[in-house]
Amino acid sequence: MAEIVSLADAVARAVHDGDSVAMEGFTHLIPFAAGREVIRQRRRDLTLIRMTPDVLYDQLIGAGCASRLIFSWGGNPGVGSLHRFRDAVEHGWPGALQLEEHSHAGMANRYVAGASGVPFAILRGYSGTGLESLPGLDGQPAIRSVTCPFTGERLTAVAALNPDVAIIHAQRADRAGNVQLWGITGVQKEAVLSAQRSIVTVEEIVDELRPEPGAIVLPSWVVGYVAAAPGGSHPSYALGYSARDNDYYQAWDAISRDRDRFSRWLAEEVYGEAGSLASAGAGEGG
Amino acid sequence: MNATGAPAPAAEDPAEFTADEMMTACAARALRDGMTCFVGIGLPSGAANLARATHAPNLVLIYESGTIGARPDRLPLSIGDGILAETADAVVSVPEIFNYWLQPGRIGVGFLGAAQIDKFGNINTTVVGPEYDHPAVRLPGAGGAPEIAASCREVIVVVRQTRRSFVERVDFVTSVGFGDGAGYRERLGLAGAGPRRVITDLGVLEPDPATCELTLTGLYPGVTVADAAARTGWELAVSDSLEVLEPPTAAELAALRQLTQAEEGGQAELEGAAPR
Repeated sequence: MAEIVSLADAVARAVHDGDSVAMEGFTHLIPFAAGREVIRQRRRDLTLIRMTPDVLYDQLIGAGCASRLIFSWGGNPGVGSLHRFRDAVEHGWPGALQLEEHSHAGMANRYVAGASGVPFAILRGYSGTGLESLPGLDGQPAIRSVTCPFTGERLTAVAALNPDVAIIHAQRADRAGNVQLWGITGVQKEAVLSAQRSIVTVEEIVDELRPEPGAIVLPSWVVGYVAAAPGGSHPSYALGYSARDNDYYQAWDAISRDRDRFSRWLAEEVYGEAGSLASAGAGEGG
Repeated sequence: MNATGAPAPAAEDPAEFTADEMMTACAARALRDGMTCFVGIGLPSGAANLARATHAPNLVLIYESGTIGARPDRLPLSIGDGILAETADAVVSVPEIFNYWLQPGRIGVGFLGAAQIDKFGNINTTVVGPEYDHPAVRLPGAGGAPEIAASCREVIVVVRQTRRSFVERVDFVTSVGFGDGAGYRERLGLAGAGPRRVITDLGVLEPDPATCELTLTGLYPGVTVADAAARTGWELAVSDSLEVLEPPTAAELAALRQLTQAEEGGQAELEGAAPR
């Protein structure tokens, strides 16, 4: 059964130095508050996993939390580059960042295999691309092929993803820790089911989960920790609760371009008083 | 017309328009009513939505966020914009959109951008520079593009044309066009036909039927072959039946401007960013 705890406690208990951590949310429901808590607790040497490492992972990479990144698209959606990500890859600041790079279809299937308890997934993909010959984090080929035992056809194989921790944001949970999310649900269900441990931050904790069109429910017994974090997906959005803060994504471009300006942001907004208040607020309502 | 985004005189319409507007209108015309279209954000999304607002009201827009049949009345700012989910016929998970919808070849046309494209229509959105491990520029990466380029029945690429973006050989093949020429896709067993049209801010290129090399087949009013050649990093082949393309109509411009009015900065996205 999921334990309902504060966000600070959830991160302290579930995320350790050296862990592989998947924070998912496909443009919608991105777990920003949880990401800032990971920065605040100064986790190090993480292997970050995410299909779309956007501003969330730019912050974690710039703060020095990550040594490795497994991903398929790294940009600031609608704006341009991720400057902290680029600085790490192009100049090794604040530290070297080892990459393992895939396509979206490959990453999605890797989560599906992880959630399904099988060691690899098959797809038609990667053929003829440069991605095909890039090594994985272990230096071995990350993209391999497999022969169909029924037809003899050659297909692409990618290894299952089984992160140590998955972190997602959802609209609601009930007091038993059952989690409900709807709208664009991305790959969050697969991320939680593929991981050893999980944290779900929610807009609110309610007595009863009302049905919503197209909603996914993650039963309490597959979730590790639930933490109330109202507004915890800002600057992304939570359908039915908040709108995307497009100005923030624009503003991030300027903040993240410059190491000093980014470092000031980190000191003031994450480690400083504003950050502590945000953390305290996120812990309420459990 | 120049290609710097400055207004260019229209041949038939008194309204002024930009090179990007010309390009978007041209890309929209490549879509037929009733088609199914896998849409990337930025220029492709603008064109697909313009087509739906004008000549192709039954165009089915599919975004990799899992929204099928989205009907936004403004340009979405990202592929996960709430307006896509709220107006879609169906919203499915990301594994499902790739496995059930894209992979079997159900989708007619894939609409992609590029940071670099070469003379065989191969696309790079990964790294600029010869060494992957020490890139001169780290680009966003693949996103959904490799499998969109492989599995959609055909592909349309929308990209601003410069000597930096139009290169003899891409530094990294993120998404396969025609590889090293005719027969390459067939040898790989790729289901789709590959890029049928590359639409730029100067005109249109199409693969030569025999060699698959991108060949200039259309120019916007006021653009010369020399202009296009000067912005191409290989010796540009020109079709015998080169045509001058119609400028955007007043209706197209009005529809496009209405769509972009509510949008803030969506077109400022990094050029060549693959759909996310």
